[in-house]
Amino acid sequence: MSTKPKLAVFKFASCDGCQLTLLDAEDELLDIAGALDIACFLEASSRVVPGPYDVALVEGSITTPHDAERIREVRRQSKYLVAIGACATAGGIQALRNWADSQEFLAAVYARPDYIETLATSTALADHVTVDFELRGCPINRGQLVEVIAALVAGRRPRTPNHGVCLDCKRRGTVCISVARGVPCLGPVTQSGCGAICPAYDRGCYGCHGPAPQANVASLAEHWVRSGAGPAQLVPLLRNFNGFTPEFRRVSDELAARLAATE
Amino acid sequence: MPDLLLQKGDLQLLFDRLSGDGFRLVGPTVSQEAIVYDEIASVGDLPRGWTDVQAPGSYRLEPRSDEAFFGYVVGPHSWKKYLFPPLATLLTADRTDSGWAMHAPPEPTEKYAFIGVRACELAAIKVQDRVFLEGAYVDPIYKARRDRCFIVAVNCTQAAATCFCTSMNTGPRCQAGFDLALTELSAAFIVEAGSDSGRQVCGQLPLREATPAERAAAEAARAQAVAGISKRLETEGIRDLLLTNLEHPRWADVAARCLSCANCTMVCPTCFCSSVGEVTDLKGDHVERQRQWDSCFNVDFSRMNGGVVRNDVRSRYRQWLTHKLASWIDQFGQSGCVGCGRCITWCPVAIDLTEEVAALREPGP
Ligand code: SF4
Ligand code: SF4
Repeated sequence: MSTKPKLAVFKFASCDGCQLTLLDAEDELLDIAGALDIACFLEASSRVVPGPYDVALVEGSITTPHDAERIREVRRQSKYLVAIGACATAGGIQALRNWADSQEFLAAVYARPDYIETLATSTALADHVTVDFELRGCPINRGQLVEVIAALVAGRRPRTPNHGVCLDCKRRGTVCISVARGVPCLGPVTQSGCGAICPAYDRGCYGCHGPAPQANVASLAEHWVRSGAGPAQLVPLLRNFNGFTPEFRRVSDELAARLAATE
Repeated sequence: MPDLLLQKGDLQLLFDRLSGDGFRLVGPTVSQEAIVYDEIASVGDLPRGWTDVQAPGSYRLEPRSDEAFFGYVVGPHSWKKYLFPPLATLLTADRTDSGWAMHAPPEPTEKYAFIGVRACELAAIKVQDRVFLEGAYVDPIYKARRDRCFIVAVNCTQAAATCFCTSMNTGPRCQAGFDLALTELSAAFIVEAGSDSGRQVCGQLPLREATPAERAAAEAARAQAVAGISKRLETEGIRDLLLTNLEHPRWADVAARCLSCANCTMVCPTCFCSSVGEVTDLKGDHVERQRQWDSCFNVDFSRMNGGVVRNDVRSRYRQWLTHKLASWIDQFGQSGCVGCGRCITWCPVAIDLTEEVAALREPGP
């Protein structure tokens, strides 16, 4: 019997992009396959070895009663559970439903809404089970995923920095697009992990890796409002892949209330 | 040596001379809607006809009405990115049958000529020299680059709204620490040599002695920069002011605005903090020890066994400002601030350290 750690990959409500990152780790894939027994990874192979597993990488958010049951089973079967991606760590873009009436959506989309069983919200795995490690991002970063796997194989803590995106812009010499062009950018309050890609391509940060620790989102939003950006622009910026995290949610709710008051 | 005159059309000859001596030219150039420092090939890469308009939290690149080569102030980059690189490999190690084989990275071979260094930046390089070269430990990465660089300074002939070098006694006139210093006039540069290598280069350029009228014109151009400075930092008793007001209510006030995003420390030409970590391959057979720019504004920067020491924005902003303006004096015998104004311009929420200090001078309510 193999003594290599048994790895399983599971998917909930998600786009598959984060699991694809594992397949995308082409340079490391052979080493990963050598170091781990990939016991369940449906995107790569139909071979499924039953649990328990040493490590589970779990993608996706919890959006149905069935999901809520299944994540508990995954937890029971897994020694070390890693939530991967914004869906699994924050509810994902589909958490936009949390501000709307999901029954209304069902009625608009499906001919027979009564066939569909869904929860009113899309929520993070940690809202349902204990999560051992959260790897953020929409999608996750390949280098960070390899780091997490390398750390698990070596039996050490993964090293995924939690500082803001600005540090990465500065290290790579990107000129701040917020200061030099007045573009609202979530970089100062967003956790690093992407390598600060968007500002290097003239776009403000979308907050893909979620709020940085102790993020002062309210001050950043106030500054934009003073500089002339209205809540109508700022609310959608904050309600994105990580919009339902408490830090982003609190401020987008405040701005939305202000917007409603002026309408 | 008397002041000399270099016709603008001959500026390229200076660049050719330096390239011919094996220097890689680094200087101002327009990129990403700003005037940045990057490798340049010829005078054609200089930001001729461009300027910067700066205010707290705001920088705009704008065209000038003339063709000045150096008609701007300081931008988002500083020379520290060449002397103290943002990412450096300190050592690599490979697992072998007989244990770990360690390798020091190769010595850098490139030598830089910095074109357009301002007085506050000369002062900032001096501050970092003190940190990296003059203490008990000499940083070999900084030293290798610093020993070999050639500095062409440029005297400012205008100031930004964020400049306060006059408060810090660092400018705007370049006094020392350069090989050559230029003052830009409309058709020529007045050239001063500040070192033997500078004088040697002068000897190989078609220069003539400046006339009294040309020297007066240079003096007048430099006076415009002094006249343009409106910002002031009162430094009288600043060390004691900061260190005896650690519980002043202003710290909580600034913490409510500060994002702890670290931009101020990254753009500051004197901030020198870094963190060192090991990066391994998946098998753990190859390890690189890397040093990266880091900042006292990052939560994990003060993480020690047992937890984070400065676990809120208030304590981190206070750490930065008191170090920069007060305990730096105890540590290095001078202020850590040269008055370049970068931290004011590049703060995404327009926090201005001179205003914070002024508020700390007022008794709390
Ligand atoms: S003072 Fe400004 S630039 Fe510095 S950490 Fe605070 S918000 Fe960021
Ligand atoms: S503290 Fe600010 S003004 Fe002073 S040297 Fe640093 S960036 Fe320039």
